[in-house]
Parts: sequence; structure tokens; C-alpha cells
Amino acid sequence: MSVGIRIQRGATIQLKGESEKILSDASPSKTFALKPDNFFGIVPRLMVKEGEKIVQGAPVFHSKKDPRILFVSPVAGTVKEVVRGAKRKILKIVVEQQEGDIISHKIPVDKSLNPESVTEILLKSGAWAFIKQRPYGITADPDSTPKAIYVSTYTSAPLDVDFQFLLKNHKDDFQKGINVLNALACSPAILSIDATFSGFFESIKGVELLRINGPHPAGNVSVQIHKHMPINMGEKVWEVRPEDVVNIGKLFTDGQYSAQRTLAVAGESVLQPQYIKTKIGALISSVTDITGFDNSLQNRFINGDVLSGKTESPDGHLDFYNNLLTIIPEGNHYRMFGWLPFMDNKIPSLSKTSLSWLFGNKGYSVDTNMNGDERAFVVTGEMEKVFPMDIYPMQLLKACMAADIEKMEALGIYEVIPEDFGLIDFANTSKIEAQEIIREGIELMIKEVG
Amino acid sequence: MSFLRKKLDDLKRPFGKGQKWEKYAPAINAFDTFLFVPNHTTHTGAHIRDAVDLKRTMVTVIIALMPALIYGIYNTGYQHYIQTGEAFTFMNAFIHGSWKIVPMVIVSYVVGLTIEFIFAVYRGHEVNEGYLVTGLLIPMIMPVDIPLWMVAISVAFAVLIAKEAFGGTGMNILNPALTARAFAFFAYPTYMSGNKVWVSEASNIDGISGETILGTLAAGGNVNYSFFEMFQGSIPGSIAETSALFVLIGAAILIATGVGSWRIMVGSILGAALVGFLFNLWGANPLMSFSWVNHLVVGGFAFGVVFMATDPVSAAQTNKGKWVYGILVGVFCILIRVFNPAYPEGVMLAILLMNVFAPTIDHYVIQGNINKRKKRWASALKTA
Repeated sequence: MSVGIRIQRGATIQLKGESEKILSDASPSKTFALKPDNFFGIVPRLMVKEGEKIVQGAPVFHSKKDPRILFVSPVAGTVKEVVRGAKRKILKIVVEQQEGDIISHKIPVDKSLNPESVTEILLKSGAWAFIKQRPYGITADPDSTPKAIYVSTYTSAPLDVDFQFLLKNHKDDFQKGINVLNALACSPAILSIDATFSGFFESIKGVELLRINGPHPAGNVSVQIHKHMPINMGEKVWEVRPEDVVNIGKLFTDGQYSAQRTLAVAGESVLQPQYIKTKIGALISSVTDITGFDNSLQNRFINGDVLSGKTESPDGHLDFYNNLLTIIPEGNHYRMFGWLPFMDNKIPSLSKTSLSWLFGNKGYSVDTNMNGDERAFVVTGEMEKVFPMDIYPMQLLKACMAADIEKMEALGIYEVIPEDFGLIDFANTSKIEAQEIIREGIELMIKEVG
Repeated sequence: MSFLRKKLDDLKRPFGKGQKWEKYAPAINAFDTFLFVPNHTTHTGAHIRDAVDLKRTMVTVIIALMPALIYGIYNTGYQHYIQTGEAFTFMNAFIHGSWKIVPMVIVSYVVGLTIEFIFAVYRGHEVNEGYLVTGLLIPMIMPVDIPLWMVAISVAFAVLIAKEAFGGTGMNILNPALTARAFAFFAYPTYMSGNKVWVSEASNIDGISGETILGTLAAGGNVNYSFFEMFQGSIPGSIAETSALFVLIGAAILIATGVGSWRIMVGSILGAALVGFLFNLWGANPLMSFSWVNHLVVGGFAFGVVFMATDPVSAAQTNKGKWVYGILVGVFCILIRVFNPAYPEGVMLAILLMNVFAPTIDHYVIQGNINKRKKRWASALKTA
């Protein structure tokens, strides 16, 4: 069964520095890190102490609210450091890699897989963290039943990965993972593929295919859900990233927690943009050792894409979910009279006060300059142009700012997560931080409504 | 450039964080960002940003206003010399107009920006660029002989009451420029209507015939101008409103750059044309039988719908709402012209009226979206 979804509104921003389709191994990473902040809505409770020796797959922390949800170490080694921030908030747990054992879980035969047995193994092994839940994009609640599980292999963000290439050697594990998810949800998983080219994903069995076509944010799962079967109040929908489907498949094949992570390293500052194979939470330097980056520039390292990723220092670690590491130059420079219409047309712009559309053929060079300052909401209609859902984005933002929960609900807060507002951050004239406003709105919803 | 940059950085040092004049930073920043787009980088949210900002948007509007302003300056001189009967060249007319209008623009900017700066410092936010447009619009919609102090008071009223009282840029209900005009209109009616105010230095001229077309019609008189004169704008009226032709050039700039809403402009024209046409069929008084095509080119209609009704803050904000809002502006403009001859020009009051109703229009559009969502929730509950 397959459904076609065509997205009209949005924008694909072509940038320089796209990853070449070459797959290399990362250089050995001395340390690995788990960052509780990667799991939205999780308050961590530590299960290890600094200096403690742990094996691969050993739990490092669990959710304070639900102790069954474990977050496990991708490698064996010693807990080197627990980095804390303001109010002793845990920022990351760093594990120094050493030789050691791997925890093995007993896996039942395929036929006896049912929601209970799958949930139990996923929770015990730590692989539960691979499942995210809508509304809100939080770690899934093991006690709830999802309406469906979405897996999107269609990507549309700037410089984003090609899952077709990234997973080409893991077809069997992917199929296995899909089977496990089907057993978990008691319904076929919904697999989004590129309508124009889909390769091996088309031959995956036991799924409902969504053939997606259109500009960013068509690759965002929120948009796909919204067009396919929008989330109603009280409903839950789960989402698993394609490589994590493979990780789940591997777990159910050999009984061991798999933390495989393949990244596209991209961006104009990268010398040899390519795909790198490593593990979750590896050192960024272990990746950039292979790809190199332009040292002469001040660079920004982004875990994720340029619209919704997180800034990380070059000596930091990879995040849990992202398959993309973007490195672009910082933009702390002045531009004389840059506010005049039709000035500096090499900067990408969706506004017709720029001729940038003439310069986009080979991809734009970008930096992190704000290109202006934050102002009050003035211009109307521009957010809707890059927001393909049947939701009024500006009104939803204002409801979030006013902390009006009833309004937020009615205007569709259940159907969005911050990343859906990435293009609005980019395109809006007043430089409103839309993703931040939505994130705060969702935090308020979780606190007040649950 | 780096020399200038260095000088500016030196100049800005006392305004830095923790320094003596930190409080006044918005004032110096306004000048700095006029020369340079700042070196600020993204800290949260998207890491890259579009080249467009509010300054660029507002400057685009100012560029779009230029043709109408320049023609308005010329027409001021033209009307003056035509009435006095003196021989004149294009330059004579232009210089005469400049002497009248440039001081008004300066007064408007000085008074308005001073208030804006005070509020920016007081509230601790940056100076918003919106006033660059408002400050130019206000003189453009005034009669040419209005005293400068009245311009100053109207500006102060508009910025304080119409804008800052509501919370500043982006929060106002009414269009500030139109509020300034409405204030002057009701506070100083003798300077804002009649047959002596539309021609520069009319009080020095005997036997003036400087009535606006709508004023003439309201008084039951006959119009002696051709359609082309009305379209081109060589007629008496507020400074820059007379020329539909040059307003259309501005409209083309606004629509091509996406800065002005074409939905509102087209909606207004449709609304006015429809009501004008219906009144043509009725034809009970001179204003009713005034051709609907002429209605579109005389008075401030063209200027109002292109530059005032499209103000994004006071207009409807949803796309559907913009259609409704635009059409109603057109409808009310002609209704006021025809049924309320005490105010021969209806567009000002029509836009202000619709400014007040714009949030209501949006409310119903948004409520439609909300109802759709709630209906979906309800039907999902039923099937579950």
C-alpha cells in the first residue's frame, strides 16, 4: 500500500559543501558521551559514579519519571566525568573507551514477538531511547499505545543525508527492525520515501509507504504525519529514525545493544565532505580527523542541520539522534549598508528584496550572521509561505508567548515540534526565534497538561 | 570601511555593557546599524538567516513612496502657479514644492524619531524602523499649507497615542500615519478641508478655485478635469495622494518585492469598483453618478489602499482575512464618500474603521481553523 504526499509550501536551500557518497570509518574516539538534553522531556537520574568501570550497553542514567527507561553506554570503559552546568544540571556523562564486555540480551524467536516482549527487550537494552513520541517529540511512554510508528527516509533540510546511501549495507537489519516495530505497534510501520527515487526502501515488506515530494520541511515527520493522518488530542504517534531501525534490528538479531551512527559531514568549512561511520556520542574530532576542516576560519560545529541543529564545540561529542554534522564559518563581521534592498545578493534569501535566486545554482555560501537584529512582529504572511501545515504559525507563536494553553492546543501545538519552525527562524523579517518560543511552549504544555 | 568601523567602535565604547551610558545604547545602535549590518551571530534557533530584515523592508516601502512624493512636490508648485497665473518651468514648480514639503518631512522625522528614541531608551529595546515609513507618510497626506506646528502635534499624537500607548511597533491597532491625519482633520478642520487649503499659498490668491474633486462633487458642483488629469494627478489634493499613476508605480514596487500585500490592494479595488458601479446604477446625487472608474483615481483612494491599508501591523494578518479586509476598505470608502458628504474623502475613515475590525476578521478566520481541528478531534473520538 502506498500514499503520495506532495508538499507545496516551503523552501529547499541549497548550500555548498554537500557530502560526497564516500563512506569512511572515523578515527578511534577516546571518549564517548551521553547528553540528557538530547532526550527532550527526560529528567536524568544517574546510575553510575565517576571512575566506575562499565560494560558496553550498561545503563548510565534513567528517566526520573519512569525508571524503566534506561540510557546505556555505547562502549565499554570507565566513567571519566559527569559534566554539570548551572544548578548542577547534568550536561553530559563522558565514558573513556576501554576493552570490555558487552551485555547480551535473550531474544525470543520471531513468532513469539508481541508488544509486551518487544517493549521489555527495548527497555532492558536501552534501545527504547530510539523511539520518540508525538506530541512534543519526547522519549516514548512505554505504557501508551501508538496510533502508528513513522520512519522517514525522506530528507529535505539543507545538506541533509541520503539514507538510501547511508543504509545500503544494512537492508536485512532494517527489515528486521521494521518487523520488530510492527510487532510492537501491532500495525504496519509507515515508511516515508522519496517519491522520485526510493531504491531498496521500496522493497521493504510489511510497511505502508508514503511517497513524499516537495521542498523542506517535507522531510520533517510532523509535516508527513499532518498530511497523512493528523494527530488529534489524546493520540500518540511514535517516530524512529532510519538508522535506529537498523540498530533495533541488530539488537533483535544478536541480542546486543547497537549504537551504530553513520554521519554525513557537510558544510562549506569541511575539506572532504563525506559519510563517516562511528558510534553514538563519539568525539567530533574523531570525525573531523578524517574529513578535515578549514582551520583558517572561525567555524561553527552543528550537530544536525543548519536550521534546527545544536551548536557544539569542536572538542565536544556527537548528539544521540543526528546523522548530520555541519560545519560552516561564523559570521561575526559587519556589512556596510547591507540593509539596502538588492545588496549582498549572495546571501540566500526567500524574500524578493534580494536577487539571491540568481546565485543559487551551485549552492550558497552561508555564515552564521543574523543579517539584522530582532524586532517586533511586523511583516505578515511570510511564515505561512514556508509552513506547509494547516496551522497558523504566527498565531501559534503568539499563543505560546502569551502562555495561553487553551489557544495553543486549539491552534495545533500537538502537531508540531521546534524543528518545524526552523525555516521560519530563517525566513522571518523580524528575526523572531520561533523554535525557541515553540520549545518553551511545549515545555509549558508538558508541565501543565502532561 | 575599516577606518569608519574603528571610529564607530571607539564612539560606541561608553555605551557598552556595564559602561556609563549603557542605558542610551539603543540610540547609538540606531545610527550604527544604519551604516552597518551588525556582526551579531545566531545563538539559538536556526544557524543561518535570511538576508532580509525590517530595515530592508521599510526602506523598500520608502523607495516605493518616492515616485508619488516627487510628483507631489512638483504638483504643489504646479497647482500654485496655475492658480496665480504666473509662467513657470518644471524646476520652478519643483523648487516651490520643495520649499513647502521638505520642512514638513524634517519636522515629522525630528519629532517622531525623538519620541521613538526616548521610548526605546525607556523600554530598553532597539529603535524600530517602522517610523521611517510613518514619518514620511504623514507629510505626504497633509494639505500643503498646514502649519508646521500642527504637523508636529499630529506626529506626536500619532506616535504617542496610536503607537506607543499600545506597546510600540507591532502592537498598534490603528495605522499611525492615518491617525495623525485624522487627528489634524478633527482638531484643525479649517486647515484640513474647504477650498482654500489644497493649493500652496492659496490665502494670497484672489478668486481661488482650489476645491478637490470630491469636495466639488459633495457641494453639488461640476468637475472640470479630464480622466487623464485625475489619473496623472495634476489636480488639487493632499500632497502626494493625487497621482494614481505614480501611486501605481509604488504599488508595482511593493508587489514585486513582496513587501505590500497584493491581496489587500486588489480586494480594495474590487470592493470600491463594485460599490461604485452599483451607485452609478442608482445615481441619486452627483457623487453616486460619478463614474466608478473615476472614483478609483480621485482623492486618496489609490494612495490609501496601496500605502496605508497594506500596513501589515494594522491590517488583517491572515491571507483570507486580507481579502475580506481589503474588499471592505473599498466598500466603506465609497459608502462614506457617497453618504457622508461632510467627509468628502472616505478612504481615511474607511481604513481606520477596518483597522479596528481587522482583529475581528482574523479572529473568525482563525476560529475556522480551530473549529476544523476540534471537529477532527471529535470525529476521532467517535470512531475510537
